[in-house]
Amino acid sequence: MARITAGIATSHVPAIGAAFDQGRDGDEYWRPVFAGYDWVKEWVKDNTPDVVILCYNDHASAMMLDIVPTFALGFAEEFEPADEGWGARPVPTVIGHPDLAAHLAEQLVIDEFDLTIMNQMDVDHGLTVPLSLVFGKAEEWPCKVIPLAVNVTQFPTPSGERCWQLGAAIGDAVAAYPEDLNVQIWGTGGMSHQLQGPRAGLINPEFDNAFLDKLLDETDDLRRITRLEYLREAGSEGIELIMWLIMRAALGRKVEQLHRFYHVPASNTAVGHIVLQPAD
Amino acid sequence: MRHRLYPLEELEDIPGTKVFTARRSRQAYHLHKFCMSLMNADNRKRFRTDERAYLDTFRMSEEQKQAVLDRDFNRLIDLGGNIYFLVKLSNTDGWSTQKAVGSMTGMTADEYAAMMRAGGRAPEGNRSIRDKT
Repeated sequence: MARITAGIATSHVPAIGAAFDQGRDGDEYWRPVFAGYDWVKEWVKDNTPDVVILCYNDHASAMMLDIVPTFALGFAEEFEPADEGWGARPVPTVIGHPDLAAHLAEQLVIDEFDLTIMNQMDVDHGLTVPLSLVFGKAEEWPCKVIPLAVNVTQFPTPSGERCWQLGAAIGDAVAAYPEDLNVQIWGTGGMSHQLQGPRAGLINPEFDNAFLDKLLDETDDLRRITRLEYLREAGSEGIELIMWLIMRAALGRKVEQLHRFYHVPASNTAVGHIVLQPAD
Repeated sequence: MRHRLYPLEELEDIPGTKVFTARRSRQAYHLHKFCMSLMNADNRKRFRTDERAYLDTFRMSEEQKQAVLDRDFNRLIDLGGNIYFLVKLSNTDGWSTQKAVGSMTGMTADEYAAMMRAGGRAPEGNRSIRDKT
């Protein structure tokens, strides 16, 4: 039987990817950001999953123009890093797991989640920056990855509650997969940030830290946060945090926190990172 | 009537913020098509060679074309644009995302970078136009 063994959440700021790719991770500005990931890089060496279900948002790289899916599941054997306007990141091709993806699609649609299936797409910094932060420099990624892209860009996005329910259904679907697989679920994006208009640069450490606190065992409060509240409190792009709720819900009722990190700023963004494992 | 947690007009009550809705998405469709075309190195080269001629191959409004030429990101967002598309343009220019984003605040790039290093813009006074909170 497959099982979800851990959940990881992290911001996925593109400038972190650029600093990583250009070897600037030791700079005065970037060292405190990357230091927050030293722990997970060590931990994952002994806890490498077979597959990561990676919740992220596409930043107008593979979708959002002609097609705007609310939840899109990556079905391909391979996903290439996207060229976001300055050439593709020099990171390995992401290898999918079509059989587990097919199982998830069947189970989740039966459970009333009307997913979009992506048979072809490139993956942008939203997906590849978390892989770099956790696995570091790699010739090839040490595990398979099933991308799960969530619309957090065009309103209305799915609600936090809807994301929670999807996460819970993913947890059930993984547990029903017959093959013995070690699966992690990652939620990415956030924390507070706003990338548009005169209010750009908004950071709300109080909101972010309360979110991190409640992610352990006050999740009912998080499920009730409305889209409007995310916008007001966490900035227009802070609503990416709904993807952390997919991760958290998939882990089940009780979790143990293995690591937590918070830092301001990385470019325009508050960086948050947490590692959880199921404790039921 | 179905229950709604808040009237959608509330989304207009956030200072300095345009919520990217389906209507805005449609308004900016051809602008965004131009932005996504810059994900290809040959197109970036064509754009750099003659910006105006390249823009004229898209069905964008004249206002949108002018705002692209001016690199006026606030104006582009007023005309329906969304930052995730628009950074394809600033990336093509070799700008950092911080430079593109900061250009919308009325601050210089250095002032904006200093504000971020100091912890960013506080939410106090930036939550609601109506309530001034």
